Amino acid sequence: MKKIGVLAMQGAFAEHIAALRRLGVEAVPVRLTGEFKGLSGLVIPGGESTTIGKLMRDYSLVDELKKRISKGFPVLGTCAGMILLAKEVQGLNQHTLEAVDIRVKRNAFGRQVDSFEICLDIPVLGGLPFPAVFIRAPWIEKVGDGVEVLAKLPDGTPVAARQGNLLVTAFHPELTTDLRFHDYFLSIVNGNSKANSDEA
Amino acid sequence: MEKGAEKGEKGTWTVKTGLAQMLKGGVIMDVTTAEHAKIAEAAGACAVMALERVPADIRAAGGVARMADPVVIQAIQKSVTIPVMAKCRIGHFVEAQVLESLGVDFIDESEVLTPADESHHIYKHTFKVPFVCGCRDLGEALRRIGEGAAMIRTKGEAGTGNIVEAVRHMRAVMDSLRKLHSMSADELMAEAKVLGAPFELVQEVHKTGKLPVVNFAAGGVATPADAALMMQLGADGVFVGSGIFKSSNPELMAKAIVKATTHYKDPAIIAEVSKGIGAAMPGLDIKTIPEGELLAPRGW
Repeated sequence: MKKIGVLAMQGAFAEHIAALRRLGVEAVPVRLTGEFKGLSGLVIPGGESTTIGKLMRDYSLVDELKKRISKGFPVLGTCAGMILLAKEVQGLNQHTLEAVDIRVKRNAFGRQVDSFEICLDIPVLGGLPFPAVFIRAPWIEKVGDGVEVLAKLPDGTPVAARQGNLLVTAFHPELTTDLRFHDYFLSIVNGNSKANSDEA
Repeated sequence: MEKGAEKGEKGTWTVKTGLAQMLKGGVIMDVTTAEHAKIAEAAGACAVMALERVPADIRAAGGVARMADPVVIQAIQKSVTIPVMAKCRIGHFVEAQVLESLGVDFIDESEVLTPADESHHIYKHTFKVPFVCGCRDLGEALRRIGEGAAMIRTKGEAGTGNIVEAVRHMRAVMDSLRKLHSMSADELMAEAKVLGAPFELVQEVHKTGKLPVVNFAAGGVATPADAALMMQLGADGVFVGSGIFKSSNPELMAKAIVKATTHYKDPAIIAEVSKGIGAAMPGLDIKTIPEGELLAPRGW
């Protein structure tokens, strides 16, 4: 059975673990570098990006994960996870994983009273609209070559993207019962293991 | 700020409880100045609570404790990018309206301030901003959720640096959750009557075995081990009130409590982060506090 890690420094990691388990894969929390062993992919959940980033640096997870990402390790980052994966974060000198060629803006929609939910058409997930929950969410300001935008708000603002085996969303698929985004991530994980049998 | 979101729905239950879910596994720290807020953020706090005085000072000052001056709250909002919470008095829905208009991210309808209404809490469903409320047991938690609280915390006994009341309240909630989960359906109405809790929520807990919202520990957390204790007892995260800025080295204490909350199951890490962080805040034995000065019994 595939084993997926969910980064558990802080945030909604239990929700991702539950979603992945509903899809029939083994999902485990990851807090230390030793826990990467045997994982076929990783989810970086929503939470506070400053908190998660700081704890990742303190426990040497940034270097470990960068190394794996450079070898094609699949990662899904939601909200804070997207911020941590982005090459550039507007208005904040945060050391991130600098993996996905996008520029994101934190708290782009405003404070909590401006948080919202909306149904979005996401072509890679098929015909039905996807319930997208945005909580003090970032958005994508700039997209580099080789990055595919997967979802946009009605005004055209990009809010989900893919670059190779890396998947980012500004919204929280783990807060809904719709498992299609996690399923899409697992299809990337499965494609990767076919291409690269080394999962150690 | 309206860009992109104009077709979305704001202030929904999913959006309100969702922010609480994003705070899980984190530490929310009481701060009274922009400078303290920056220290908290740099230490890894997942949110700050903007106050005029920390609970230990409120306890010492006596008199009527009210919502903080908007100037204090706004200065803190400008200084950090993490969520900013603020407290209003129990039942004081106008203080809550003011806090919502200031754009605070979460309102704590708190027993630490002097209650404004001795029968009623705020009806929280009508607000777009989410609320967190204190509880001592499951009945109180479900009453607050029924009124619209999107997050719950134990009351503990704020400003004492003594974890005993937070432990009592967390154990009470967890014991009742287990009991309710194992009951048969025909026992639920009688149990709802005993708990003084809405029947629909009692039924929901019976089904899931969990609270319908996130539950943090609060009221007495003073050390990294205190934080990890509450996490192991089942808390989703931790509020630290006086415990940071009444300790001898707030910066080190804040960082250590953040790490102990993440690695709460790892005693070796808790030991490591507890080294050389200075003295915890001075503590108070609950038995020495006159009954009229206890904060936890406030709330109905």
